[in-house]
Amino acid sequence: MSANLINLLIEATLQTLYMVAISGALGTLFGLPIGVYLAVSQRGELLSSPWVNKVLGLIVNAARSVPFIILVVAIIPFTRMIAGTSIGTTAAIVPLTIAAVPFIARLVENAIREVDSGLIEAARAMGATPFQIIRKVLVPEALPGITLGLTLAVVSLIGYSAMVGAVGGEGLGDLGIRYGYQRFMPEVMLAVVVILIVLVQLVQSLGEGLARLVDKRAPRNRGR
Amino acid sequence: MADVQTSGAAITFDKLGKSFDKKGSGKVMALEDISLDVAPGTITGIIGRSGAGKSTLLRMVNGLEQPTAGTVTVAGHDVGRAGAAELRRIRRDVGMIFQHFNLLSSRTVYGNVALPLEIAGVPGAEIKRRVDDLIGRVGLEQFSNRYPAELSGGQKQRVGIARALATQPKVLLSDEATSALDPETTQTVLKLLADINRDLGLTILLITHEMAVVRDIASHVAVIDGGRIVEAGQTYDVFAAPQHPTTRSFLAGITGITLPSFIAGKLQAERPQGESQEVIRITFAGTHATDPMLAKLTSELGIPVNILAGAIEEIGPHPFGNLLVSVDATRGAEARAYLQRHELLTEVLGYVG
Repeated sequence: MSANLINLLIEATLQTLYMVAISGALGTLFGLPIGVYLAVSQRGELLSSPWVNKVLGLIVNAARSVPFIILVVAIIPFTRMIAGTSIGTTAAIVPLTIAAVPFIARLVENAIREVDSGLIEAARAMGATPFQIIRKVLVPEALPGITLGLTLAVVSLIGYSAMVGAVGGEGLGDLGIRYGYQRFMPEVMLAVVVILIVLVQLVQSLGEGLARLVDKRAPRNRGR
Repeated sequence: MADVQTSGAAITFDKLGKSFDKKGSGKVMALEDISLDVAPGTITGIIGRSGAGKSTLLRMVNGLEQPTAGTVTVAGHDVGRAGAAELRRIRRDVGMIFQHFNLLSSRTVYGNVALPLEIAGVPGAEIKRRVDDLIGRVGLEQFSNRYPAELSGGQKQRVGIARALATQPKVLLSDEATSALDPETTQTVLKLLADINRDLGLTILLITHEMAVVRDIASHVAVIDGGRIVEAGQTYDVFAAPQHPTTRSFLAGITGITLPSFIAGKLQAERPQGESQEVIRITFAGTHATDPMLAKLTSELGIPVNILAGAIEEIGPHPFGNLLVSVDATRGAEARAYLQRHELLTEVLGYVG
């Protein structure tokens, strides 16, 4: 493989990392509070408001129903408004983020709902406000689950980022299509696939390691 | 409702009721017409079977459940009518411990005990001083940096107790706090609660389905059945002279005096023709509990007595005995009259032919 191709691979890897990192961070920023709200606004929960919950849930489901490749092209005007352009790696972050937010929201919601209701009752009995319960009980207790959920979301974003070549997003997927497929260079395709496999493995291991670190539920192995 | 009359009680239930809406069958009454005063500094046990409504009753004291009738008053505050902010203030004066401890798995022992103080907005240095003191009080100095998953059940409940005491409450609610613990651990946790009650003058209201818990630490008891209080009073009096069948069945479980099965099977309610024995339950209470009354019965009246089952134990500082005996049915009335003259309680259980 020529030095030129290797440079292309490195550049594409960095582009993918850039898109996934920024959209993952933004997706968490917006998805986390929405997910928490989805969990606590259910009927009978801390901030019970079943109607708002229902509407928000419908919006989240609708956003998740749109196939990603369609989402990318459908929101081009919106992307141009936010990023100033509809083409390129930075522009690709907009649809990636919009896909990540509802996905992360659902994962966070599930993790929060796993928290033992006895803990909420204990915190209420202490005189905690709903916001204090969220900040000091629900989110810390759900952190292992949230961490695993975010890992899953980042892995999915790596996959999605391969499709943003459609709007000039570049990155590994785009390189694989343009060189590996259209120019019929199987060695490029192979290299792209191997890099993606390694990336996903790294993200998964890192995520699981972090989740273990914040999970204090099981006694740590002390050789007993 | 700022001026609720204060009867001097720490907690007052006044005609309290709670009903739930149930689909299809309308309203279900969980609790009805509950009136009870809990005196300050006492340990009061509420005993009932599961589903009797005792847990709902306890949760209305700190507003986790709202009454649908009547009032519950804690230190002069009408809990049912308190707004959100007032309710949070009341809750800081009412600690609570739970059957399944409800400790945060993400926080150490120290962090768990500190939580109510963080919630109350206590400054950091003050939190450290108080948490260290509380952890010492419950004997967990060595475990301050451990997580709940690394502790035994008894240790977890000690953390729960320390946490409940953190905001220096006047009242402690205990929701089946020892039901998930083995008998030995139960004793140490009950002793800790009794110590706290004595040292801090804290009023403790506990619910349980085990009469042994009431016997061991409660000075007062209320028996709840079918959503109503069927019997209430000082523990000693209730144990000595239980009036309601539910109370008796709870007591039978701990005083170890059920009839041996070969007699229970032959027991008849009516006195049969011919020779028969009258089976009597004798309750020894107060000063006579240790007197040799049966020996006197035989020597003074010449009535032989068969002892079928019995036990003597202590409720608080008082000895308390319970015996099942049988005597010749023709002399049963005479024997009971003699025992009653000596302030023993008797009850005819039936006859054996």
